Amino acid sequence: MDLLQQLINGLSLGSIYALIALGYTMVYGIVRLINFAHGDVYMVGAYAGFFAVWHYHLSFFPALGVAMMVAAATGVLIERLAYRPLRQAPRIAVLITAIGVSLLLENLGILILKPEPRSFPEVFPLALYNFGGLIVTNRQMAILAVGLVLMVLLQYFVNFTRTGKAMRAVSFDMEAALLMGINVDRIITVTFAVGSALAAAAGVLVGIFYNRIDPLMGIMPGIKAFVAAVLGGIGVIPGAMLGGLVMGVAEVMVVALFSSTWKDAVAFAILIFILLVKPTGLLGRPGGEKV
Amino acid sequence: MALVLILAGVGLLTALNIGVALGRFDQYLLGVMTMAAINVILTASLNLINGFTGQFSIGHAGFMAIGAYTAAMLSLFAHWPFWLVLLAGAAAAGAAGLLIGLPTLRLRGDYLAIATLGFGEIIRVVILNIPVTGGPRGLPGIPNLTNFFVAEGVMVVTLVFIYNLVNSSHGRAFLAVREDEIAAETMGINTTAYKVIAFSIGAGFAGLAGSLFAHHLMFINPASFSFMKSIEILVMLVLGGLGSLTGSVVAAVGLTFLPEYLRQFSDYRMVLYSALLIVMMLTRPQGLFGKKELTDLLHFEGRGGLGHSRDQKLD
Amino acid sequence: MAILEIKSLTKVFGGLTALSGVNIEVGEGELIGLIGPNGAGKTTVFNLLTGIYAATSGEILLNGRPLNGLKPYQITRRGIARTFQNIRLFNELSVLDNVRIAYHRHVKSSMLASVLRLPGFSREERELKAKALELLEIFHLTGRKDQLARNLSYGEQRRLEIVRALATGPQLLLLDEPAAGMNPQETNELVQLVRWLRERFGLTIILIEHDMGLVMQLCERIYVLDYGLVIAEGAPETIKRDPRVIQAYLGEEAS
Repeated sequence: MDLLQQLINGLSLGSIYALIALGYTMVYGIVRLINFAHGDVYMVGAYAGFFAVWHYHLSFFPALGVAMMVAAATGVLIERLAYRPLRQAPRIAVLITAIGVSLLLENLGILILKPEPRSFPEVFPLALYNFGGLIVTNRQMAILAVGLVLMVLLQYFVNFTRTGKAMRAVSFDMEAALLMGINVDRIITVTFAVGSALAAAAGVLVGIFYNRIDPLMGIMPGIKAFVAAVLGGIGVIPGAMLGGLVMGVAEVMVVALFSSTWKDAVAFAILIFILLVKPTGLLGRPGGEKV
Repeated sequence: MALVLILAGVGLLTALNIGVALGRFDQYLLGVMTMAAINVILTASLNLINGFTGQFSIGHAGFMAIGAYTAAMLSLFAHWPFWLVLLAGAAAAGAAGLLIGLPTLRLRGDYLAIATLGFGEIIRVVILNIPVTGGPRGLPGIPNLTNFFVAEGVMVVTLVFIYNLVNSSHGRAFLAVREDEIAAETMGINTTAYKVIAFSIGAGFAGLAGSLFAHHLMFINPASFSFMKSIEILVMLVLGGLGSLTGSVVAAVGLTFLPEYLRQFSDYRMVLYSALLIVMMLTRPQGLFGKKELTDLLHFEGRGGLGHSRDQKLD
Repeated sequence: MAILEIKSLTKVFGGLTALSGVNIEVGEGELIGLIGPNGAGKTTVFNLLTGIYAATSGEILLNGRPLNGLKPYQITRRGIARTFQNIRLFNELSVLDNVRIAYHRHVKSSMLASVLRLPGFSREERELKAKALELLEIFHLTGRKDQLARNLSYGEQRRLEIVRALATGPQLLLLDEPAAGMNPQETNELVQLVRWLRERFGLTIILIEHDMGLVMQLCERIYVLDYGLVIAEGAPETIKRDPRVIQAYLGEEAS
């Protein structure tokens, strides 16, 4: 029973990681960039949600929508200004630029939003449900439900819409997609917008669940979500979902069984194990070099 | 032309050292200069792995931590002489590099990067959790044995070591691995061994820098060696130019002084720092020096641009 | 005695059989051609010989000693060198460095001696440079020694690949489409060069080539591969008349 309880807690945390991981994996799939600023876009989303509720008194869903739009705009702007000019440059240069953007967002956050953590306003009063000893909060249910709905929507978008199919084509072979008349720039923009919006949703959900946000909140979840994306197989959308959930559950289990100070190491230990055993991740495609 | 520049450089360095010896710099400035020398060691050692051997490690702070803790504990608990402590710190980190490099260097590119990031974090969390290192509270009271001259001396030794290594047959094997692993292997180079050796030597020098760092700040805790420290080193390396030791020196010194200089802008300091970083990468994606060394640039001018050749430096 | 024996060599790539039961025997000093239509498995033979791929089954013997399980660098040290069909030079390094790297197996100075610049090291570096320059001279590349490899012309790059292979000090040289992209005059020079190399360096040579004229002119014996099988083997005259070869290969071109 206790194990089941932890599983529920782990899945909530895992949904958060999964939502952030999706943005990493989508962007990597298209432009082969580890978008280091993604964790900070998640922070921007959380703050947008915070102000929507606290200042403009919006309720949960409108606030979520606002946060997702603000983050999407932020993500698109970052791509335009910082990444697009470097599309032909060595990949490491883009990576360093992404790190620069990440630092910029964090420090702007400290400057404008103040470094002190803020407590997220109560969007809905906490309620506990007891399912035969198994305690689930309405907030956990919200995280799971919102996470699930967004992931289903994303799957639909990627697999059944024109833009989504174009996205997969670009991810598979950018040059071929270009020759087929796909507007690659537009697809990249859409990818950044969708990925950032998903991260914002995670940010708002975390704000509601943990009741606390700060300008540096994106660093650790950002790294861990990236780890989750690699774990699942980077570039593979269902892989990011699976990787996120596995990471969340593993972390909660380790905290329950050992100590919370070990939780960060465990995420990376799993990662290294996977990389050494199956470097392409749980659901990744194998690749080799042609001689 | 070349001679003039080299003489100017030597002159400047001599003047700097005389200035330090005469006590013309205040403690604060000396501290920053010492940090700059330590950062040069870190950047140059990462250059051996990432720049010259073409691997992609972003967990350098982990090796720095191993060196720092090994050295600090030997100083505090075993009272070893400082030079031996430095060597032990380097050896411990080099050994860790060997252990981690063996399984990890089968991975390529981004996967290798993430694995090294992971190992770097694991090292930090392990230090956080074992009692002898003081856990999150860290190790205070480390003797202040790293002064500017020591840091500078170790820095020069490091630079000469890496420069000589890279400009030798063994060094060319590192470069071959960077350029094309399969072709390198076909030329009779044991690429796995060379990758692990580069990784281990790079880690060893990071450990050396960590040892200096611990005896400079006199206090270390796991937070000093977080992922952000690894990133800081990587930024210095890429900004200077992967594969250019000159670039490593210039960027490490520059980026150590920049935040200090920006202190006058108080709250805007880090915002300006990150904005400058983005602008610099956008304007010079290949880094300040690309793969070139100072000597290549001079040679380039003198000979009407035949392209760079490491050969000239050996004669 | 045969310098190279390939016995029922088979390579399967995830269900796709690239080579099946290939037998090749090469005597010392022979000049062998390996031909066949695209995708017949010619380059795969080279990749197995040099240890880049592991054989699914079968055996490769060099001077009677098995090569199975050796890493590519170990095979190079046993005396097999190769060039690549798609040219794999060290692009960002100078021409001279490309050649010096190929002398790697003969380097004796330790890493420590290199770092400390001991006298033995400097002497070895000088000798190494002299040897590399000598080889570059033979291939008319001396004037290009300080250029980056990527700045060479296509023909020069192919020549540099051969120089690099020779510098490893091989007994057996594998040339993968050495004439690809060369004009008729360059191809002619190549024919002379390959013959001369064999005499000068006492080499055994296997070459993969699409230019039939070149193969027929140069090689003493030819193996024909088709769909991973050796379908014919013999002197150029025999190969030209072999109906299976005409069907599989020459026929394809004639139609």
